Amino acid sequence: MTSTLTPVRKRSALTKGQLPKAAPYIVLASALILGAAILALIGFNAFGWGLVSAILFTIGLVGWSAGVEGARKAQDKLATCLVVGAFLLALLPLISVIWTVLANGIPGLVTPGFLSSSMNGVTGVYDNRAVEDGTPVLGGIYHALMGTIQITLLATVISVPVGLLTAIYLVEYGNDGKLARAITFFVDVMTGIPSIVAGLFAAAFFFAIVGPGTKTGAVAAVALSVLMIPVVVRSAEEMLKIVPNELREAAYALGVRKWRTILKVVIPTAISGIASGVTLAIARVIGETAPILVTAGFATSINSNVFGGWMASLPTFIYTQILNPTSPSNPDPSTQRAWGAALVLIILVMVLNLASRLIAKAFAPKTGR
Amino acid sequence: MSKRIDVKDLNVYYGSFLAVEGVNINIEAKSVTAFIGPSGCGKSTFLRTLNRMHEVLPGARVEGEVLLDGDNLYGPGVDPVTVRSQIGMVFQRPNPFPTMSIRDNVLAGVKLNNQKISKGEADALVERSLQGANLWNEVKDRLEKPGSGLSGGQQQRLCIARAIAVEPQVILMDEPCSALDPISTLAVEDLINELKDQYTVVIVTHNMQQAARVSDKTAFFNIAGTGKPGKLIEFAETSTIFNNPAVKATEDYVSGRFG
Repeated sequence: MTSTLTPVRKRSALTKGQLPKAAPYIVLASALILGAAILALIGFNAFGWGLVSAILFTIGLVGWSAGVEGARKAQDKLATCLVVGAFLLALLPLISVIWTVLANGIPGLVTPGFLSSSMNGVTGVYDNRAVEDGTPVLGGIYHALMGTIQITLLATVISVPVGLLTAIYLVEYGNDGKLARAITFFVDVMTGIPSIVAGLFAAAFFFAIVGPGTKTGAVAAVALSVLMIPVVVRSAEEMLKIVPNELREAAYALGVRKWRTILKVVIPTAISGIASGVTLAIARVIGETAPILVTAGFATSINSNVFGGWMASLPTFIYTQILNPTSPSNPDPSTQRAWGAALVLIILVMVLNLASRLIAKAFAPKTGR
Repeated sequence: MSKRIDVKDLNVYYGSFLAVEGVNINIEAKSVTAFIGPSGCGKSTFLRTLNRMHEVLPGARVEGEVLLDGDNLYGPGVDPVTVRSQIGMVFQRPNPFPTMSIRDNVLAGVKLNNQKISKGEADALVERSLQGANLWNEVKDRLEKPGSGLSGGQQQRLCIARAIAVEPQVILMDEPCSALDPISTLAVEDLINELKDQYTVVIVTHNMQQAARVSDKTAFFNIAGTGKPGKLIEFAETSTIFNNPAVKATEDYVSGRFG
């Protein structure tokens, strides 16, 4: 008779020397309690609590792991803690900004007429009355919203053709020659231009050509284009570069001319990247304040003509509302409007970022069988 | 619908580097000619000079004459685009246009050149080309699906269909089967056999059995050493090259005793 020898063990030999699955949670709970206790001694605040707990958690988990699992696993845990910590630290300002803008902006945003009226005729008298009698805050951002949209749209119309054609020259015709390298260098330099310098350039340019004191939406659009073109060139160049050369050769081998190959094969293949690059470039300039201040001035009424007269935009609206409240004795309504405008601006940028993802997805080469 | 190619004293350069030297070869119409030889000996480079694809690379140039039925491809005033529409090319790796459907890939040569074509004619051309590439039965129900969804072998046959849709005189193939499995290779080889009824086919291959199977004539290229130019060593009937070559180097190469 043979008896099968089945070794009876509680745990597999392969999982020896491991921390239990719940280890991080146990350490986290102890770190939070210990952290709260330490903070209670020196005066409690939430930020300090988080910081002390995070440090305690790292020390605790790494120490425990070093004891049970050995040095390699402990180093792994330490690296994980540092990476997650850095991530949380980076997330903190973002969440804080979104929270602050939401909390302060929503009262302004939900005020009736905020999106549909301008500041035309809204004087300090109304603001004083709103604060003293509790009447609704009058005035809105319609003029600034329209200004931002028009200026940004015009800037896009200027920048996209210039930027895209430059990128096409660099990738398809430049052959890495002297001119191409010079353009690449100056595009890099342009990327670093401070936005106020771009504004001053556009202002000086139009002063020289049209006449002193020319401040219109179009001047602001030119200033924004100066900021936008290098971004568009860079992103479009990268996208065109990653189009495989094989596709160009395949088209040439069919007897297709170079410009048609670029227009019908290269650009369609890269269009999703180019489109999302353009959208991100728009998101980059839509919040510019300084160049618009010196080029478009600030208006309180609706101006639908980009080529004539001062024009408001969301960033300059926020700036003037905070710096020069409509009613200097009661700045609260102005502050409320500024926060509302800031919220709208953030929503615009978020929508643009989402749009860039959707565009990239919509234009991407189709797959499937 | 096929023309012969005669090459006279062709030197091919990359910048100042002489890649292929002194090639003289006569390629008959309606035949399959195979180029064999070790890597880096200039087979593909030479093939690309036959439809002026070589000069697409920066700094690449050519000296000598390539005559297509007596007309010099490199003569003054010759438009490379005209040359390429007469001499089609299939590449090593299948490269269907990812933004286009199967149907549009076949019609690419027509559509990209903005030639007007009626829907009926286009349908007929698509069917004829795909039939010609032995792909019709496999894709006829999904012509509107993207070409990149096909298998590698199907993609390569799609590229061949795309090349024959422009109705060239000559089809150049640069290692068309090197990325394919044996079954797909067989399909492409069968196709080459059918194509030679209508077209002049020139094929570069690393696979000597393939050269023996598909070609009427074979050209053996070799290189003396690194940095030296590649040369055409021997050009003869395929059976002669493989059974009774005139040059020692050819014999060493085809019998696997190379080096």
